Parts: sequence; structure tokens; C-alpha cells
Amino acid sequence: MSRPVRVLIPVGFGLNCEEETSAAFRMVGAEVELVHLTDLFAHRAPRRLADYQVLAMVGGFSYGDHIAGGLVLATRIRAHLQAELAAFLAGGGRVLGICNGFQTLTRLGLLPGPEAGPPDFVPRAALTNNDRLGYRDAWVRIAVDPKTRSVWTRGVAALDVPSRHGEGKFVVESSEVLARLDQRGQLAFRWIDAAGHPTEAWPENPNGSALGVAGVTDSTGRILGLMPHPDAFLYPWHHPDYARRRAELESKEAGGLAIFRAGVTAD
Amino acid sequence: MAGAIRTHLGISIGAVRTRDVFHVEPALSAADAARVASEFAGPVVRRGEVGRVDDGPFDVAVSVGFKPGVTDPVGKSARVAIEDLLGRKLGAGGAVYASRVYLLSGVSRDQATRIATQLLANEVIERVAVQPFAEWQAAPPDLSVPRVVEHPPRPAGTVRLRGLDDAALARLSRERLLALSVEELRTLRAFFERAASDPARARAGLGADPTDVELECLAQTWSEHCKHKIFNATITYREEGKAPEEIRSLFKRYIQGTTSAVDAAIRARDGTSWLVSVFHDNAGVIAATGRYHLVYKVETHNSPSALDPYGGAITGIVGVNRDPFGTGLGADLLSNVWGYCFGPPDWAGQLPPGLLHPRRVRDGVHHGVIDGGNQSGIPYGRGWEFFDDRFLGKPLVYCGTVGRMPVRSAGRPTEVKAARPGDRIVMVGGRIGKDGIHGATFSSAELTEESPVQAVQIGDPITQKMMFDFLLEARQAGLYSSVTDNGAGGLSSSVGEMARQPGGAWLDLSLAPLKYQGLAPWEVLVSEAQERMTLAVPPAHLPGFLELARRREVEATDLGEFTGSGMLEVRWGRQVVGLLPLDFLHDGDPELRIEAEWKARAPVPAPAQAAPSSAAEGNALAARFLARDNLRSSELLSRAYDHEVKALTVVKPWIGLHRDVPSDASVFMIAHDGDRTGYALAEGVFPTYSDHDAWAMAQAGVDLAVRRVIAAGARADRIAALDNYCWPDPLPGEKNPDAREKAAALVRASRGLAEICIAYGVPLISGKDSMKNDAVVGGRRISIPPTLLASVIAIVDDVRRAVTLEAAQPGELLVLVGETRQELGGTEWAAARGLAGGEVPRTTPAALWPGYQAVARAIGDGLVQAAHAVGRGGLLHSLFLLARAGGLGLSADLGPSPVKGAVDWEGRLLGETTGRFLLAVEPARLDPLRAALRAVPHAVIGAFDAGARLRIGLGAAPLVDAPVDELARAWKREGRPA
Repeated sequence: MSRPVRVLIPVGFGLNCEEETSAAFRMVGAEVELVHLTDLFAHRAPRRLADYQVLAMVGGFSYGDHIAGGLVLATRIRAHLQAELAAFLAGGGRVLGICNGFQTLTRLGLLPGPEAGPPDFVPRAALTNNDRLGYRDAWVRIAVDPKTRSVWTRGVAALDVPSRHGEGKFVVESSEVLARLDQRGQLAFRWIDAAGHPTEAWPENPNGSALGVAGVTDSTGRILGLMPHPDAFLYPWHHPDYARRRAELESKEAGGLAIFRAGVTAD
Repeated sequence: MAGAIRTHLGISIGAVRTRDVFHVEPALSAADAARVASEFAGPVVRRGEVGRVDDGPFDVAVSVGFKPGVTDPVGKSARVAIEDLLGRKLGAGGAVYASRVYLLSGVSRDQATRIATQLLANEVIERVAVQPFAEWQAAPPDLSVPRVVEHPPRPAGTVRLRGLDDAALARLSRERLLALSVEELRTLRAFFERAASDPARARAGLGADPTDVELECLAQTWSEHCKHKIFNATITYREEGKAPEEIRSLFKRYIQGTTSAVDAAIRARDGTSWLVSVFHDNAGVIAATGRYHLVYKVETHNSPSALDPYGGAITGIVGVNRDPFGTGLGADLLSNVWGYCFGPPDWAGQLPPGLLHPRRVRDGVHHGVIDGGNQSGIPYGRGWEFFDDRFLGKPLVYCGTVGRMPVRSAGRPTEVKAARPGDRIVMVGGRIGKDGIHGATFSSAELTEESPVQAVQIGDPITQKMMFDFLLEARQAGLYSSVTDNGAGGLSSSVGEMARQPGGAWLDLSLAPLKYQGLAPWEVLVSEAQERMTLAVPPAHLPGFLELARRREVEATDLGEFTGSGMLEVRWGRQVVGLLPLDFLHDGDPELRIEAEWKARAPVPAPAQAAPSSAAEGNALAARFLARDNLRSSELLSRAYDHEVKALTVVKPWIGLHRDVPSDASVFMIAHDGDRTGYALAEGVFPTYSDHDAWAMAQAGVDLAVRRVIAAGARADRIAALDNYCWPDPLPGEKNPDAREKAAALVRASRGLAEICIAYGVPLISGKDSMKNDAVVGGRRISIPPTLLASVIAIVDDVRRAVTLEAAQPGELLVLVGETRQELGGTEWAAARGLAGGEVPRTTPAALWPGYQAVARAIGDGLVQAAHAVGRGGLLHSLFLLARAGGLGLSADLGPSPVKGAVDWEGRLLGETTGRFLLAVEPARLDPLRAALRAVPHAVIGAFDAGARLRIGLGAAPLVDAPVDELARAWKREGRPA
């Protein structure tokens, strides 16, 4: 058996989902290293970015969501780490951004990224204020867009997950731009209703994103960002129906793990 | 925002647009400023401009920014972004100030002023400008910034006590906000007169009067907030028909004494105890798994939240985070709890001047604790609200935090602090400003119109999170030997307290990092500026500690040294500005004596009300009752608090098919390490029972909290409790004629607490008291009802076996465990009826406990599908919650309920007799369950069905027969503001 896939989880500055995201990657067989962003910025971390196969930008409140979610962290990454990040991506590195991580990748211009070619770090989309009620922690259901080419969704269909954000409405310049992203399979995850269809209606869609966008991939399919938290559904007893549907939920793997497995086992 | 303006202020407003404004010092070049504006705006949704955004027409502009010196976390983050974007530092005098402009359409200037002062801004901490459109257009952009005007450092002074008469001493205490009594000041005066002959004092150039540093340091240390003088006082307790009794320290006798007794009983039974560290540290510690201990602390932050609800509350939550973090060598934080007592949010009566409307208090407090918890990455486990008119004067804002500490860190037991002489005193985290000066002494006084602005601090969760991340690394590397937080009293408390272990300390205040110049030494010493911890760092580790701090962008400063001198020596550069023996500092205060007198109120019988004559009448009653402030669902609001970050939450705060029913207890895992051991959290609080007897009030709270964790599947022999007393002032004063009764309530609550905790084997591992919950405004005194919050934490052997209120299948039977008595006094039903009389629910702890053990065993053996502890609102509320949670129909007959004495329909349906459980059981498991409960009064009173109605009857008479959904709509107040 080959060496386990090595995952880098940067920490610090108000990120806070490193513990569960580490657990998720370890549960699917990866080796995880947590490295403080100050060490990455100062280039004094034990390894270079290129030594990892996966970079995971976890959820949290980097810099308190001040000014806009992910903004200050993205500005700092651009200042200190952009060249290394570009080389990591050129070498085939895979990136997962959850919630605040997705906001950060969007601010960095990695998502949705250019239509073709290497990343140019030009922001083209925004994750803006939810249409209704602001921040809300509630379980919802998401599904993979069958058209998507994301490496993070192989073997994933639909799953229940908690949504926990106030700025998650995905907005691009025009509906034509959104339609092109859709055609290209870049709108990887959708909020779905009870019938399984993408929805724009609250509360199934917590933020009001057009076409029910919950997660986005870049043109290569190697970078995925999503607003809801698969890192919060790692055991059957995380599910809010566990007390009533114990046997059924115990009979299968917790829904969040498939995404991490897909990303770890992709090549 | 427009919605809030319409519903809260009744102003029909048009559009509201907002502009985030950043003032940068020193000024940027035009090109740099444009880069910053473009970066901050980002693509698609926002525009960024230098100067003014072209705003189009509007009617009035309202600008809101901080006053000078107020914490500005957004400005601080903006500075980091700007410096990285431009690739250069703004420099020592540089700063970024964040503010916001609201452009309002469809309002007059006067209306805009109301909107500004009553909704958008709090003038305690913010400055406001209101400009009509024409004025706004004519004026250039406002370039002023709230820079603090810096003064040269002020020297320490001497405060003359000699020769002052009592009136002058009282004036001194009042004017300097010392909150010291005349007797305490006389003790101080005598001490300094004696100390003048001490050669050390003479060598230091100090005389027979205290320096301002010494006086302020003593005032903080001796404040009620820090010293708990009332709980340590000698109380003479009188009760009619009994001989007066003298109680030396309620704390030692009823709190510590209880825990010692319970600990001894645990040791006698098990040979060992699961109490790891209690009372002497910032939070209580109990054993949990082979890897981790659990740490728990609950605090209140009432007075600051009354003045600035948002700032007071966010400081409350991030402040209590530092308690578990400052326990032993520090704990990782796992979950928060919150609970608030407010005046009614729809209060339409007169509001005394100086008080904020309770709706505004409520909104601000929620917002503050939401931001504080969410931004810190800590889920909440428990949240509740209680409403009563008397909380208009002082809201109660309880915040608590659970942490886990590794059993060992860097080879040492984590719960043990070990500061030694020679260790350096290092302050870590935020800088010191004038914020929060006199917080401890201020909260030890009643609220008045003149309450000080400086007493309000604003927590900054991100600064604190970065500090915690750094300190956890340092803890794992073994770089320090002790840690405590800087909360009330600032450095004077943290260093003064830590110095007890090594036996002395000196520190140089001139080394402390300041937000701005101009603070006097005493201000540096007592400032409660937030996000700071004080550590003891062995000299050998100092360079490594400071280097790690620098790398993590966290400020750490070496301020002095722990010694064995027996003295706290305070320096300003080379000058000694304070020299206090530790034993005088900590134990020199005169003993307080309190008179307490209890007048038992003869129970006034409650006039009975006729039973509903039809189900329709009962349904209307139920819908109205369930919609009451104290019973209705606040799920919508609570979901703005994260409850599952860290992915350790198993039983969430809101459960059931619709996920809108409050769980009895929340259950969490402890770590992602494969261990399935968890912990359960619950609480109980019954302020209105104090109107009858604080003894019953205290016991009802503990009883409910304990029953709730048992209902959730916790071990009955691993339950610990925290006591948080919030009391009206029990000390006599000209405006406090019933102080003796308030003191008597304190005695009775403490006795009730001790009795129930010993009977249940529940140790009190931590607690806090807040004794000045009165407001005197416009000559009128508003006192809160004596309120004891009981918070429990209990071990769950396997989180997968946790139980909720959710019945799973039609056909499951409903079993009521425990007797019901005719107890309506102080209940929610009594409040609904406007009833003053009746018997208050009284708990019989020793009689009840064997039954609780039986219920815990039955749940542990898997006999029960769902369990619930009956609480406020009685069986009506409970039966509704059970039907709603399972998404099933439920029919119940209260006829077979076990009762004691004559109990009518009100007593059965709406009474709040303690000690009762409701259990849902599959028919096949009924017999083993009944066998397990054979020694406990119980009865099958109903069954779940596939229908959708809640039917409650008393024999043949129907009391309620309504669709659960319909009741739920009333209970959720659908269509009405949250």
C-alpha cells in the first residue's frame, strides 16, 4: 500500500473547525498536519505546501468575518503565500474549502476561477449576506450536480448536513455567467427540497443562492468550496433524527465522510 | 434594518442603505487608498470608493462610530489587511477606525434621531451624527477620527485618609467609586498608620497614607465582586418561634460544607473521588475519561449588560471563557451556556429614566453572546430566557463555559498551578486602556443614572481566540507554570491572586503595553481591558515563550517576578508606588455582620378556577398558555447561535421531528478520540418561587437540573452542580428597608441548596454570586426576585445511549413517575391567572432520590425510548412538548396520576410539583420498566398514536383536544415578531 495522502490544515486567526476536519480526514485514512498560518506566512513550517496532496481551508471566523467573510485572511494569503499556492495547484494539489474556507477561496479568486488555464487569483464571485435571518445553524439537505467534474464528489449523491453561516449567497456578475458555470458543471452542490430538487426557497436553501448553489468547483475540478459542513456529520449520532431513526442511521456510514474520502482517494 | 425600525419604533421608513467606512491614519496615497477600497469591496455586490460613494437621494444620513478608546475589532482587522495588502506597516501612531453610515429614506430628522439613539447606536460607547440630505451634501466628508487625546503619563499620588471623619470617608468612597464601607476605610487607615513605622515602607518613600495605587488595589481586592464578603459574613438569622442562630460564612457552611460532605460520601463508597479540583481555582474540575477532565464555570455580567447590552454581554461570554482557560494550566473550551432574565419584551408601561427598554436589552444581549460564542468557535449547549417585570431594573445575563483539560500536559497534572518564586510575571493578549476601570467595584454597587461609562468593556473574541491558540501551544510545550485570567480588577486581581502561591510578587506597571498614553499607574493596575491572561513563566522558558508569542502575533510582556517576600510590590519604573503585605491584602478586611429575619408567609389558599367546560375552551386556554413568554419556543432566535461547531454535539439544544422542541439536557462527546463517554448539561431556575420561599426556589432549580440530565441518560452518580446566586442587596441602607428579608432569603436558599445536594450526592464544584441587583432610578428602587441558577454537568457513559423527548413509534406508552400535589404558588399558571397565593412547589430530596436512581437505571438498561423532566408549565407544557417532539398524536388521562392530597384539574394539568418524569416506553418493555419502578409512585397515563392531536382528559372530562400543529403555531407565535 502506498503512503497515506498528506493533508495540510492551516490554523489560527479565528479559524475553528480544525478538530473535526482533522478527524474527518483521518477517518478516511489520510495523514493530517495542522500548521499555524503565521508559520506558513513566514515560510518556517516543517514542510512546504508542495509536500502535501490536499490543502483544507476549514470553517470558522477568520478575523471575525470583519469587513466580509474570508476577506482579511484572503488578503493575507495573497500577500504571503500566493506563489507557493500556485505551484501547489500546478502540481496537482487538491483543495477543499468549507464555509469560511469557501469564502476565503472565493475572495482569493480560486473559486470559481478562470474558465480555463491556471488559476489567476482574480475574484469573480461573492458570497454575500443570506437573504433571510442572517447566521443560522440548521440541518439541510444537499445534492451533487450530476454534471460536475469535481474530484471531491465521486461516490457522493445527496446528504444531510448542518448549514452554519450568515454570508453564503453565491453571486456572480450576471445570470449568463451563472448559467455558464452551471453548464460546465462548476455548481457542484445544491440545496435541495424534500423532493430532491435544487431549491431557492428558505429554509431548505438557507441563503437564497440562485439555482440553489451550495458548493462550487473550479474548472479543473480539483478545488471545491461549499457552505454547509460535511465535517459535522462524521458519526451516525450527529444526525438530528438519531433518537428516532437509530437503527437505520447506524446501518450506514455518516453522510459527511464520503466527500473527504473522494478528495483523499482522487488522483 | 428597515423591518426593525418599523416593528420596534413604529416608524414607517422607506429604504435603508448602509456604508461601511474606514478612516486610515496616517493618510494613504490616492493610489493606495483606491487599492484598499477595491480590495475591501470585492467583486459583484459592493462598491468601494475613496471619499464618498455617490449616494443618490435620501432624506437623512446617520453616522455611527465608536467613542475614543472603545475597542474597535473591525478597525483592528482592517489594519492587518491594509498592512498586508500594501506590504508596509502603518507605524506606531497608525490606526484604522471603522464606522457605519446609514442613509435613510422616508423619515424626518427627528425620526432619524430616534432611530439613531434608540436602535442604531448606544451613546454610552458610540458617537452619532444625524444630517439631513442637504446638510450632508453641502459638507465635505467627515475626516475626524475618535483618536484618544494622549496625555503624558500621570504620576502616582497619595490619598489622605488621616483626619477624615466618617462622612468624609463615605464621600471619598463614593467619589472614587471604591465601593468600600466606612468601616473598611477605617481599617485601611489604621493599617497604613501602623505601617508607617515599617522600615521597608520608609525605604520605599511611602508614608502613613496609602498611595492611590494601594487604595485602588485594596478596593478591587476587597470588592464584593472579588471577595464575596456577603457570603463570608457572619449572619444572625431570626425566624419566628425559633432561637436566633449565628452563621459564620454561608459559603463555608453551605457551599464548601456540602461539597466536602458529598466528597466524603463518594470516597466512602468508591474509595476514590471524581472531584479533581474545586473552589480554589477559576472553575471546578471533575474527572471524565482516561485522557480528559472536564472544567465548568458559569458567571453573570448583569450591570454592564444593563448599560450596554451588546458590549456587556459579549464581554460576559468571552470573559467566562477565560475562567476554564485560566483553571489549572488551562483548558480547551468545548461548549457555552447562556441564560437571561429580562423584563417583558413587549413592555408598554412606563420606563424609569436611565433604563433601556427590555426589548432593546434583549436584542443587544443575544447579539453580543451570539457574536462572542460563534466567533470563538464554541458551540452553545444550553440557552434559556425568563421574563418578569422586576428584571426591568437589572437584567440577569448568565454565561458559562465547559472546557476539557488533558489529565497531563507536558508531563504535569494539568489541574495544578505551580508558580514559584523567581517565575516571571508575563501578561499576554490585548493592551491596557481605560476601558473597564472600576468594573468590579461598579458591579458591587447599585445601578444609578450616573453609572460610569468607563465601567463598560467590549470583548473582542478574535483577539482572544488567537491568544488561546497560542497559550494551548505553550501549555503543551510546558512553557509556563501557572495562568489566570485578567477579569474583574485586572492585574491587581490576577497578580494579587497568583502571588499567594509563591508568596509574593513585584511588578513594574510602566512596562505594561498601553492602547494610548496618559493612564495613571493605578489605572494600569485595575483596568479591566479584555482578552488578557497573566502567566507565571520560569525564567529558563521566558525566551522561548516570548518568541512563540511573537511568531503567533500575540503580545506578551514581562512585567515582573513572583517572589517569596510576602509582599505585593508595585513599581512605576524605579519608583515604588505600592507595597502591600499579601496577608493584609487578602485577609485584612473587617468581618461583615448581617442581620437576617424570615417572616414565613401564611399560605393564602388559591381560589380554584372552574375546569374548561369543553375541549374548545381548554384548547383556547392551552394555546394562550403555551404562547406565554416563559413557555414559548425561541428556536428561531436560538439558531443564530452555533450549536455544533467542533462536531461533538450529540443531543442538540433543539430536537424532535421539527427540531423546535428544547431538549431536557444537551449531550456532547468530549473528543474525537474514539471514546464514547460524553457529558450532559442542564439547568433549573425558578425566580418567582422566591415570592413564597427562597428555600423552595433553590431546591426546585437543582431538582429540575438533576432530573433533566437523568432524563437524558446521564449517570446518577456523576452529577456536579454550579450555583449562581443573583440577589437584591441584602445590606441595609436608607433606600433598602427590607434588607433583612433579602438576607434571610439568602440563608434559606443556601440551606435548601445544601440539603438537596447532599441528598442527591451532587457536589457544588463552582459558583458565583452577584449581590447588588437593584436599580434606583428616579427615586424608585427595583429589586429582582432572589434567583439561584443551578447548572449541572453529568457524565454519560456512552453518548449513543442518550435519550431525548422523542417517542419513535405509535403505540408507545406514556408513564408518569412521581406524585403530584396541589402546588400552584409561583407557577407559570399562577402568573397567567394573576394569582398571588397557593402552595409553592416544595421538594423532598431524601424521599425522591431513590426514585431518580431507579429511573436512571431503567434508562441505562435501555427500557425507555423517551424521557422528560416535568418543569415550568406543568404537565400541559410537557405533554405538548412530547407530542411535538415525536411528531405523533398523544392521548393522556390525568385521572390515574399518582397524587398526594386533594389535587384538582389545575393542580394536575398546570401545577409544577417537582420530582416528576414522563417516560415513553414500548409496550413490550412496560413490564420490566414497571418492575424497575416498583418502589416509585408511577402510572401509565397515555399512549402515542399515528394521529396528529393532543388529547388530555381527566377521567371522562376532556381538558384539551387539539391538533398538535395548531398548538405549535401559537407556541411559536407564528406571524408575530420573534
